[in-house]
Amino acid sequence: MSGTDYNFAYLDEQTKRMIRRAILKGVAVPGYQVPFASREMPMPYGWGTGGVQVTAACLVPEDRLKVIDQGADDTTNAVSIRKFFQKTAGVAVTERTAEATVIQTRHRIPELPLTEDQILVYQVPIPEPLRFLEPSEVETRKMHALEDYGLMHVKLYEDIARHGEIATAYAYPVKVEGRYVMDPSPIPKFDNPKLESAALQLFGAGREQRIYAVPPYTRVVSLDFEDHPFDPSKAAHPCALCGAEDSYLDEVIVDDAGGRMFVCSDTDYCAGRREAAA
Amino acid sequence: MYVAVKGGERAIDNAHAWLAEERRGDPSVAELSLPQIREQLALAVNRVMAEGSLYDPDLAALAIKQARGDLIEAVFLIRAYRTTLPRFGASHPVDTGAMACDRRISATFKDLPGGQILGPTFDYTHRLLDFALAAEGLDPPAAPQAEASAAPVPHVTGFLAAEDLIQPEPEGPATPRDLTREPLDFPADRPLRLQALTRGDEGFVLSMAYSTQRGYGRNHPFVGELRIGTVAVEMDIPELGFAIEIGEVMLTECETVNQFTGSKTEPPQFTRGYGLVFGQTERKAISMALVDRALRWEELGEDNVGAPAQDAEFVLYHADNVQATGFLEHIKLPHYVDFQSELELVRRLRAEAMGAAQREAAE
Repeated sequence: MSGTDYNFAYLDEQTKRMIRRAILKGVAVPGYQVPFASREMPMPYGWGTGGVQVTAACLVPEDRLKVIDQGADDTTNAVSIRKFFQKTAGVAVTERTAEATVIQTRHRIPELPLTEDQILVYQVPIPEPLRFLEPSEVETRKMHALEDYGLMHVKLYEDIARHGEIATAYAYPVKVEGRYVMDPSPIPKFDNPKLESAALQLFGAGREQRIYAVPPYTRVVSLDFEDHPFDPSKAAHPCALCGAEDSYLDEVIVDDAGGRMFVCSDTDYCAGRREAAA
Repeated sequence: MYVAVKGGERAIDNAHAWLAEERRGDPSVAELSLPQIREQLALAVNRVMAEGSLYDPDLAALAIKQARGDLIEAVFLIRAYRTTLPRFGASHPVDTGAMACDRRISATFKDLPGGQILGPTFDYTHRLLDFALAAEGLDPPAAPQAEASAAPVPHVTGFLAAEDLIQPEPEGPATPRDLTREPLDFPADRPLRLQALTRGDEGFVLSMAYSTQRGYGRNHPFVGELRIGTVAVEMDIPELGFAIEIGEVMLTECETVNQFTGSKTEPPQFTRGYGLVFGQTERKAISMALVDRALRWEELGEDNVGAPAQDAEFVLYHADNVQATGFLEHIKLPHYVDFQSELELVRRLRAEAMGAAQREAAE
C-alpha cells in the first residue's frame, strides 16, 4: 500500500466529518455512547479500529502521534498502528508522552499527567458497562436513558458480599459528571484516578459502532460504596528498573523456577526516569 | 538483568515476508492466476463477493489468492477495500422477475410458466470423488444446449398473490437505511435486516435457519421459488435525466412460502421469507429466507417463543464474520496489563480465603 493512494489519514473527508460529529456530540454529553457508522478498516476489528478511526478524524498534519499498547510503544500492535499513520498521514511520531499531541492507547493511561494540548484516544472492545449484566443493547440504552444503574450497584454489592471487595480489577466502571455510567476500556483500575485529566479523552469502539468522550476537567468517579471506598491497587513493589513506586507494574517471569520481577508497564515513563537518574 | 523485548517492528516485517513465501507455496508448482480462481473456484468467489458486499469477481479472486484460500480473510480484504470507494449514488431496484435464469426451480408447483430449469447444480450428483479430475487437461464434453426461451419467467408467489393466498408485502421506505453508512440500531426494519443477512456469514445464517427447522422458531417453509441468473443494473444519470443500464450482476433469489394459520391481527394465509444474494449462492439464499421469516414474528403478530432466530439483536449482531473473527482473534493480542490486575486480585482473594479457612480450623 502506498500512502499517496489514500486520503490524508486513510479515511475520506465525509467519513471523518461523520466521526467528528459523533465526537462533538460525545464531548457535549460526557460519558454518553454515541452511535456512529464505523467503517471497515484495513486492520481487524478488535485490533483498535475504533481508536484508529477516532485518531484519523482528529489528526492534522502538524500533529505528533504516540501509540501505546499495554503502556508500551514497542508492542507489535502499537508498532503496526503507528506505522499505519506514518504511511497514510505522514505525521511525526514520538515515544515521549510529553511531546505527543495525540496519543492512541490500548489498556493504559500514561503515568505522566497529560495537558490541555493533548488528546488521548482509547481503543474500546465493549463500550457498554452494563453489557455483562444485560446482553440486550435495546435494554441497556433504556437503562442509561432512565439513569437506571441499580443492576450495576447490585453486582458490586454482591461482589463485596461474596469476596469482601469489589472483584473488578480492570475496566472498572465510572460515573461521568454525575450522570452516565461509563466503561473506561480495559485499563487497570489503578489508572482510574487519571481519568480526571486536563486532556481531552476520546473512546472509540469500532465493531460496536460507538464513540464517547470525557472532556478536560470532567468529574469521573469510580463506583464504590461509602464503607467500601474505591481502591486503585497495584503490585506492592517498586519498579526493578527505575525504582518508581507510583507506576503500574508488569510482572515478568525471568527464569524456569518462576522467579519474577516487576517493571513499569509505561515504557516511556520508565526510560525517562532512568535517563534522569543517569 | 531483564531487558524488555524490543524489535516488534522487525518481527512484523519478517513475519510478513514469511507469510508471502508460504502463500506462494512450492515455487516449482505453477502459480494460480486470477482468471483460474475466478473461473474454477467460482463459488468461493461468489461467497466472497456476497459477504464482502462488493460485486467484482476479479477482485474477489485476488482476495482469495492473497488470503491463501481463507474465505473469511478474503471477505475482510474486500470489505476493507470497499469502504475506501466513493459512492456515486444508488441503482434502481433490480427486477428479478426479468432475470435471465440459469436455474429456476419451485418446490411448490410441479410445473409452471417459465418451467423448471435445473441448471448447473450439485443437487443430483453422487458425491463420489472423481479421480479423473486429478488428471489435468481433460476438458469436459460440451453440455447440450437448448435455445434460450424468450418466454417470461414470472415469480411463483405472484400466482398465490393473485388469489390473495399470500400476504401482500407492505411498501418499504423509498430509500432504505444503509447498513454500511449508518450504525445498526434497533428495532431494525426489514430492509436493514435483509442487508445484514445477505452479507452475513454463510455458516452462521445456515445454522440459524437450520435451528428454525429443528423447532427453535419453526416456520414451515417451502421453497416457493429459487432462481439464479443475471439481472441488469440501472442507474439514473443526472446529466442524462434518465436511467441507463450500467452492468449486469448474477444473483440468487429465494422466496419461501410459509404456512401461517393466522394471528390476532392477520387472517390465515401464506407468508414469505426472502433471500437475495450475489452470485450463485443458493445455500445462503435459502438460509436467508428462513431467517428473514423467523425475524418477522412481530409484524405478523406471532408469538415470540424465545428462539435464537427470532431475536433480531442476537442474529444481526452476530451474523457478520468480519466483526466476529476480529473480536474473537483479538484475544491473542497482548493482555498482560489487564491480566496482571486480575492476577493480583486472585492472589489477594485467595490469601483472604486461605486465612479465613485457617482461622476456622484453629477455632
